[in-house]
Amino acid sequence: MDYEFLRGLSGSIGTVLLVASFAGFVIFAFRPGSKRVHRDSAEIPFRHDDAPARDDAGQEAQ
Amino acid sequence: MSDYLKLAVLGLVTVFAAMGANYGLDVAYKVHAWIIMAVAGGTFLWQLRRTGEPAVPVPTGEYMDGPVRAAAIATAFWGIVGFLAGVFIAFQLAFPALNFDWAQGYANFGRLRPLHTSAVIFAFGGNALIAASFYIVQRTSAVRMWGGGLSWFVFWGYQLFIVLAATGYLMGSTQGQEYAEPEWYVDLWLTVVWVAFLLVYLGTILKRKEPHIYVANWFLLSFIVTVALLHVVNNLSIPVSIWGSRSVQVFSGVQNAMTQWWYGHNAVGFFLTAGFLGMMYYFIPKQAERPVYSYKLSIIHFWALIFLYIWAGPHHLHYTALPDWASTLGMVFSIILWMPSWGGMINGLMTLQGAWDKLRTDPILRMMVTSLAFYGMSTFEGPMMSIRAVNSLSHYTDWTIGHVHSGALGWNGMITFGMLYYLFPKLWHVKLYSLRAVSWHFWLATVGIVLYAASMWVTGIMEGLMWREVDAQGFLVNSFADTVEAKFPMYVVRGLGGIMFLSGALIMAWNLWMTVRSAGNKPASDLVPAE
Repeated sequence: MDYEFLRGLSGSIGTVLLVASFAGFVIFAFRPGSKRVHRDSAEIPFRHDDAPARDDAGQEAQ
Repeated sequence: MSDYLKLAVLGLVTVFAAMGANYGLDVAYKVHAWIIMAVAGGTFLWQLRRTGEPAVPVPTGEYMDGPVRAAAIATAFWGIVGFLAGVFIAFQLAFPALNFDWAQGYANFGRLRPLHTSAVIFAFGGNALIAASFYIVQRTSAVRMWGGGLSWFVFWGYQLFIVLAATGYLMGSTQGQEYAEPEWYVDLWLTVVWVAFLLVYLGTILKRKEPHIYVANWFLLSFIVTVALLHVVNNLSIPVSIWGSRSVQVFSGVQNAMTQWWYGHNAVGFFLTAGFLGMMYYFIPKQAERPVYSYKLSIIHFWALIFLYIWAGPHHLHYTALPDWASTLGMVFSIILWMPSWGGMINGLMTLQGAWDKLRTDPILRMMVTSLAFYGMSTFEGPMMSIRAVNSLSHYTDWTIGHVHSGALGWNGMITFGMLYYLFPKLWHVKLYSLRAVSWHFWLATVGIVLYAASMWVTGIMEGLMWREVDAQGFLVNSFADTVEAKFPMYVVRGLGGIMFLSGALIMAWNLWMTVRSAGNKPASDLVPAE
């Protein structure tokens, strides 16, 4: 783990991996069917404003 | 069992601090030892009185809002302290006589400047982030905060950090790293508090009832994790003595400079940007009463910001001993950052789609939208200033100060004010005392920022041009004192802008105070006393 090793890593496969993983995140966000999930996620702040979800209402969040 | 352990630890700390107060090699260390001794001793007594008492059952059906209330109050309090310090040092620059002879070495510009920056960034901004994190993570996870009293430890531990840092600056206890001035023992204490913060946050997310982790939590968690990393690496130092506040940095020379600005710029990126974007992604949808414009865009915003910001630091070190490739890297990444920054701004603004009329009637929403406008403006200005050619003019001038303040006052300040106006009525279950006062606050703050930023543009570009002006023989035309003299009118305007911003904050404090007071006749089941 010396400087030369890290320098070599970041100048080659490290950059490729980072760019590829970022591209992966973007593609995943645009995957088919993501729209419904995202619309549901965007509603999270409006669900449990005053009290935590109760244990007996386990699937309320869905 | 754990009560006895706490007592033992607190007792040992008290004794050790008492020894420090005796053996301390410098004034700052001795004063800090006294403070720590008093706090640890007081906590020891408080703990002692509770030990062996039957445990109070934890209310499960409600959120733990005590620490949120405390942090919201502390945000308003430290905000005013920090703005007041800022106004005072602004006038110290305009009128040097305000660096009083009798206060030399304690209250001159050099000592008060880090007090101002830390008070607004870490005390005002930090408490706002603690309040936001604790509030948002519970609501979006639909569970009570994890860790019992640990969140109270985070709150009080953080206040102790602020007091130690601020008093240290006045007595000259600093390691000279910008925005990382506190000395080694204060750094160690902040590390402990921060790890507790991370545990509370992660613990709450892990036991969440919502299957998805809402995007605001991603931003807030990245803020907590990255700040921990930055803080530890940039504060790698070896104390000269365990009884003194001096320490020696492990890195030296250009390595230290690079580490410092890797830290410094990511403090902007993750403390002042990612953390406050977490706030934005929760409170703007709540105040506008509609979900964020594009959840997909918010995900891309998050990852793009995370991937890019960490590389931007070297743009603080153009034309230094730093290798060219490193400063070019910093510059290029700063310019690419335009994209996610503006993507995020547009995402926030478009959340108001179909509800723009609310801006006419709701000054709180107006504040939040204005904060986004300033976010967009300063994230445009920053990349531009990171370009080497522009930087050769802007660096070391007041333009930088103006840029920082349009970001800090406009973006961080306004979104925090908006959050406080949202939170206080929510947390105390009352209506906000006066919307008219919010309008006054909004206009005072906005005009104050405009005066501040405009005067700093003028004075910054002017002094940059004056510094580089050469005559036909190649001699410099202006001496440094010439630029100081030429800047005087702009310094007065800047100070006036600061006074307006401070007045707005005072109106806010009064408004919030009256809001809480109007809750006074309600049952105070879990109200915390205002410090």
